[in-house]
This record gives sequence, structure tokens and C-alpha cells, in this order.
Amino acid sequence: MEQVTFRASYADWQRAAREALRREIDPAAVVWTELSAEQPALNIFEELAPIGSLSPRSQHRVPRRFVDLAELIALHSDSRRWGLLYRLVWRLTHGEPHLLEIAVDPDVALASQFHKAVRQDIHKMRAFVRFRKIAVGEGKWFVAWFEPEHHVLQHNAAFFVDRFASMRWSILTPDRSAHWKGDELTFTEGVDKSQAPQHDDVEALWLTYYANIFNPARVKVHAMESEMPKKYWRNLPEATLIPSLLQEAPHRVDGMIRKSAQKEAAGSGEASWHPAPVPDTDSLPEVAAAARSCTACHLYKLGTQTVFGEGPKRAKIMFLGEQPGDQEDVAGKPFVGPAGKLLDRALEEAGIERDDVYVTNTVKHFKWEPRGKRRIHQKPNSREIAACRPWMEAELRLVKPKLLVCLGATAAQAIFGPSFRVTRERGKVLESEFAARALATVHPSSLLRQPDEESRAREYALFVEDLRTAGKAASK
Amino acid sequence: MELARKLAILADAAKYDASCASSGTTKRTSRDSAGLGSTTGSGICHSYTPDGRCVSLLKILLTNYCIYDCLYCINRVSSDVPRARFTAEEVVQLTLDFYRRNYIEGLFLSSGIIRNPDYTMEQVIAVARTLRIDHQFRGYIHLKTIPEASPALIEEAGRWADRISINIELPTEIALKELAPEKDLVRTEAAMTGIKERIEQSKAERRDNPKGRSFAPAGQSTQMIVGATDASDRVILARASSLYEQQKLRRVYYSAFSPIPDASSKLPLVAPPLVREHRLYQADWLVRFYGFKAQELTRDAKPDLDLAIDPKLSWALRNRHQFPVDLNKAPRGLLLRVPGLGTKSTERILKVRRWHKLRVEDLPRLRVSVKKVLPFVIVADHNAANLSIDRDDLEGRFRPGITQLDLFAGKSSVITGQL
Repeated sequence: MEQVTFRASYADWQRAAREALRREIDPAAVVWTELSAEQPALNIFEELAPIGSLSPRSQHRVPRRFVDLAELIALHSDSRRWGLLYRLVWRLTHGEPHLLEIAVDPDVALASQFHKAVRQDIHKMRAFVRFRKIAVGEGKWFVAWFEPEHHVLQHNAAFFVDRFASMRWSILTPDRSAHWKGDELTFTEGVDKSQAPQHDDVEALWLTYYANIFNPARVKVHAMESEMPKKYWRNLPEATLIPSLLQEAPHRVDGMIRKSAQKEAAGSGEASWHPAPVPDTDSLPEVAAAARSCTACHLYKLGTQTVFGEGPKRAKIMFLGEQPGDQEDVAGKPFVGPAGKLLDRALEEAGIERDDVYVTNTVKHFKWEPRGKRRIHQKPNSREIAACRPWMEAELRLVKPKLLVCLGATAAQAIFGPSFRVTRERGKVLESEFAARALATVHPSSLLRQPDEESRAREYALFVEDLRTAGKAASK
Repeated sequence: MELARKLAILADAAKYDASCASSGTTKRTSRDSAGLGSTTGSGICHSYTPDGRCVSLLKILLTNYCIYDCLYCINRVSSDVPRARFTAEEVVQLTLDFYRRNYIEGLFLSSGIIRNPDYTMEQVIAVARTLRIDHQFRGYIHLKTIPEASPALIEEAGRWADRISINIELPTEIALKELAPEKDLVRTEAAMTGIKERIEQSKAERRDNPKGRSFAPAGQSTQMIVGATDASDRVILARASSLYEQQKLRRVYYSAFSPIPDASSKLPLVAPPLVREHRLYQADWLVRFYGFKAQELTRDAKPDLDLAIDPKLSWALRNRHQFPVDLNKAPRGLLLRVPGLGTKSTERILKVRRWHKLRVEDLPRLRVSVKKVLPFVIVADHNAANLSIDRDDLEGRFRPGITQLDLFAGKSSVITGQL
């Protein structure tokens, strides 16, 4: 047995292996013993005879591919790698020059397994290092703590320099640490985790991003874990969120199911619903009173009260909105909230008398869902719209407006059908089966949702313009 | 509105876009110390969320206000989701802050349409320009472009971006008319063609002058939603195939339509068809890397991919007359058609067999599933023709009892919606 001691680096192993090859030492007869980085360099072949006394054997050649492979395999943490590499060199130079192509050979298979593991560790380090920013004197320093499985820090340092050359950073590992001062890369000993910074002020935003880019309706834990194995989680700040995200996912999906189940139920007609009891009368107040006890859809359980239309029976224009909002629901009157106020202002600007106007909604109950303490508006579905339709028909029959103005898509589609597009047809005087003439425009609440002052002003002007068209059409 | 709240809303609004790739671009570093970032050509996934998707880029919308009303989209004008809008500076700062901490490879910026397509495109471009010019950002940038935007704006987007994309969303004009009235397939394809020509022109110029200005060096990609309409896999794959051939797209992403808050009642609120999405990706791979033609993978009579078994196995079971394949003799094209052989194991086989006759015992070392491969192959000590290839129960051996998930069938299946 020959004992070969060398430093655990590819360069040192290569020198030792070259020497062993030169001396024709059979792989089975070599024991490879690593020196730690701190120990001084020793004679490579301590127990061997001086080099001069060896029989000279000509230079051995190995394929380039072996060198590429070996450089990475040398970084593997398994101590068998040195013996494996020497066996490969030996066989490559002793009659098996094509060895590396024979993937089914046990030595080649093990080598490719080691190679793959190291490459993966290199890749995962590039992916999973997380810097935290600390103040150092006047400047800032980015420091990461990472625990690679193999000896990849030095190999990977160039990648981080390429990427973060303009920053000053350190990557600390239990084994060694790398430091970049902006112009120079240095390595020091490993440290333990307590040396690494524990906080960073951007991390909370990163966690916010991670939680919100996750789609709870498509949980695939295996897919996540195969690419981001659990062993890395302890150093990934975002991984702390995974348990709660998974725990909440069913509830969030459940919420979506419940919502849709409500829609389904609304469409299927449950026993406690009765068709709208529209009385046969010419009195608008009588119809309004009957509507108060309507149970034609489930919304009567949700809203505070029926919000019927309002305005003189002789009105020339009827405005049809979507449904009462939070304030209307409480007040029992249509268009008294922020959108209603905006409508009033726009009517005035368009020169339309409030006396000429009757306002109502397609659906006369407020549909909402709780979000915290607030009641958030929800669009009525087609079942609810259809259930409420007899009331709207009664209003149209009694008021007989010269013009029906649909505010927003819900009203417009109730009148013109589901393929009607307000964006395309707005401001046009059209025919309809419900009124002599009809016109559609946006709902005033959409003006309130505009992103900025400028677009709000522009949209408002367009809205007033549509109302002017309506005013003209109604006075013809 | 505080920044964290905006980020929550605008990340949530962006998650239905499947693309997150950061690969295929030119190599850059910031060794000159003037800027920040690098690209290596292959992408890096910096994290994974529990939905199995990778986090490579900061994927956000500039704003989720939108004047369009595409029914499948969470951000459509008629949806009652909360709205927010970033300033350009906020997106720039987030990108740099995240990048410096090694959370991301770069930025994937998209936006709802505000005011008009050109205005929106200008806002998106401003972010990319600031990153590239003011901050010398060398990381990856993917910009979503709007087909209706003017050519000059698309030109500038391609100048700052590594990749640009236009989502086709639905495979047919009829479906698009129904669900996305403001979109137009012809116009979308015309915009794609314009981008393709510009990319080719830039490549040609840079062959002569490597310092020349680049245009979207990582090419263009698109996305199709699966399961929002009744379009069959055959239709979807045909469309994808033509996009690869005609438009030279780098990637077509398939996104299982998933329940969204405030869903339109016109759409199926069922579990996202994740298995189907997975099969489409497999089929896509077969077309791009295995020499299959899209139309081989489905039939007119059965235009959807088999959910229970992968598309290659399904094809092989329908085409048993083409098997067994001799692993020691068959050409690459045939090996690639054997169920259980990937592109890498095929390359290994081609090398090994020059020196060594393959036997059954060699298969595990080639990282090949013996169970899957054996019924279709001949090796030195095994001939499937004598054993299994014509057996009636062959198909049954590969068919696990799984079905497409149904959201209403109970939430447990939703949670374990994995293959």
C-alpha cells in the first residue's frame, strides 16, 4: 500500500496523481489522504522513493472531458472521490481511452453522479444565497450565510463577483468565507451562523412578494420540494411562510368555491324563493311597496331593504344603474352615495333637470361580501338580474321614459344582451325592446375608480358628454 | 397606499402569467464596477412557491387598473379586486433592492391597459430605460408588450428588454371574441411577426458587428390559457406549433385557468386543470426536442391528450407496429420515440453502444426506468416482441386510476393536485 498525502484541491491531487501514474502505481494500491488547508504543504509522496529513481514512462494523455469532470468532482464532499478519479485516470491511460463514454461502467456512473451533485450544489448556491445589508462605517456591506453541501464556495465566487462587482459583500459558510471589497476577492476561515446578520429591512417586502405570487388554487408541494429541497429552507427567509401558506390555501380556495356555489345556488332556484309579486296597478308607490317584500332571489337575505327607483312618474329620462351600494342600502334610496353625488353633478353640467329624471337599478338589493369591517360590493349574477327584472319592467311600463340610460355594463347587458360592450357602444342612441330609445354609458362609480386625477377628469368629461347626448335625445 | 400593500396587490395580479424564464440571453457582467448584475445564458430559479412555480424574476404589474374586459382576467375592468399603481421609481427601487439581495434574476413587468395602449407601453418602457441607463442594470428584463402599441414603442421595449412577450391567451379567434372583446388574434399575430422580423434583423446585424444594438436577445414568448374555453388540446397544440414555426417563439406557456377572485359567471370555476397543463407541456417538449409533429400526439376522434399517461407513452401504445426498437442499433430519431428515454439518456445510449452492447442490467445506470422501457425495446438479453408489445393488458399496466381534478369534488384533491 502506498500512502499519498496531499491538500484537498484539484491542483494538488493532479500533481500527486501525475506522479503516481509516472510510477505506475496500481489504483488498488494507493490510499489517498487529505491534508487540511491549514497544515503546511508536505512532500507529496512521503513514503515513496525519490523521484529520480523511478522508471521514466512517457507523458500520459487524458481527454479534455476528463479534466472538466475531475475539476468539479474534486469539490465533492465524499472522500472516495480521489480514489475514484485516480482509477478513472488509470483506466483511461491503460487501454480504455473511451471509458468516459461508457455511462454504464460503475466508475463512470459514480463519477457522473458526483459531477451532477456538485453542479447542482453550485447552481443551488447561486440561487439560494440571500444577502442582508449591514452598515459598515460610512458604507454598506451585503452579507450572506450559506451552507453548501460540497466545497463550491471558491468555485462560485467568480459568479458573485461578475454579478455584484459594484457591491461590497461577504458569503460566510461553515467551511470558508469569501469577501469582495469592490476590487479584490479574499477568502478567510469558516464561521458559524451567529456571525451572520439576522435582519434586513427589505426582507419583509420579499416575503410579501413571495406570499402574493403564490396561487393557492394550484398547490404542488412535490414540485416545489424537488427543486427547492427542505435542506435549504433553514437559510431561506421566505421558507418560513410555506407552512402557513399551505395551511391557508384550502380556506382561500374554499372561499372561491363558496362564492361560486352561491352563484350556482342562485341559479338553481331554492325552495324559499318566489317570483316577484308585481301588483297589477298604475300606481308607482304601490309597486314600490310590493317590491319591499320581494323574495325572488336570495339577495333579500343579504340586503337591509329593497331599494326601489325614485323620481317623478312623468320623467323623460330613466337612469338604470347596477344595484344599490352600501349607503343606498342603508338609506333605502337609489344613488345617494358617492356615485350618486357624481351623477347629480354631471346631470347639472349636462343641463338635465333633476325633475325630468327617474333613477333606479337593475337589481334592487345590495349584494356584498364582508371584508374586515366593510361590506364590499359584488356584481349581481344573471340569475339575480333575471329575478329582479319584473320590477324594472313595471317601472318602465309606468314611467314610459322617452329615453332609457344604462349606467355601466350590468344595466346595458340587461337591456341589450350579454354581448353588448359599453366601451364600444357608449353614447349612441339605440333602439331597444324596453324603451323607445336607449343609450348606454359608463357607471359613475367607474369614474371614482380611475387611477389618477388626469384620467378621472378625462373620463368625467366623456361621461358628461354622453349625458348631453341623452338630454338632447330625450327632448326630441 | 403603502408600498407593501401595492406590492401585495400587484404581485397577486401578476401571478396568472406562467412565464418566469430568465434564460437564453446574451452574457453580461458588471465586472467594470459601473453597474449591477449579470446574465449567464441559463436562468436561475431563486425560489419556489408551494404551487410548484419558480421565482426567477420579480413578476409584477405596473398597475392593475385596466380598461379591457377580458373575462378570464382577474384585472378586467368589471372585476371588483382592489386596485393599485406603482410609480416607475418604486418598481426600479424594488428591482434593485431585490436584486442586490440575490432574490431575483431581474424584472418581468407587465401592466393593465390604462388610458390607451401607447400610454401604457410608455410607462412600462420608462421603468426599463431607467434601470438600464440610470442604474446600468445588467440583469434580466422581460417586458410584456401590447399588440396595439405603436411600432416605435415596441422597438424601444426590445432595446431594453432581454425578452418581450405578447400573450395570445386563447387559441382561436372565436374564443377571443367571446371572452376578450378588445383583443384581436390577427392583430396580435401581426405584432408578433413584426417582433420576429426585428429580432432576426438585429441578430444579422450583430453577426457583422457584435457591438451593435441588440433587440430582445432572449426572443419572444407567449401564453395560452387552458380550460377557460372548450378548445381541445389538438387546437391548442396546433396553434402552439404554428407559433413556434411561423413566429419563431422561444416558448409557449400554458396556464391552467384557475379560479380567480370575482370570477365571471361565463367561466368554469373549477380546479385548474393542472394535469392537463402538465400534459400540454410534455407534448410541447415532444414537438420541440423529440421530433414529434403536433398532430401526431392527438387524433381528430380524440382531440385531447390522455390525462392518465404521458403523451409519448400514449402515442407509443397507439403505434405498437413501430416497436420494439433495438437500443443497440436504432438511430437517434427512433430512440427519442421510446417511452422512458429522454434526450440525455438517448445521447448516453448512442455513446455507450459504440463500445459496449447494452443489456437490461445497464438501463438503471443510464438513469432509465426499466419498467417503462422494457415493453418497447430490444437489448442484448431482452426482446419485447416476444413478450409484451402486443399484449392487451400493456396499456393497463401504465394506467393509474387518476382523473382530472374537480374543485367541487372536495378540497382535499385540490390540495394534493399533483402528479
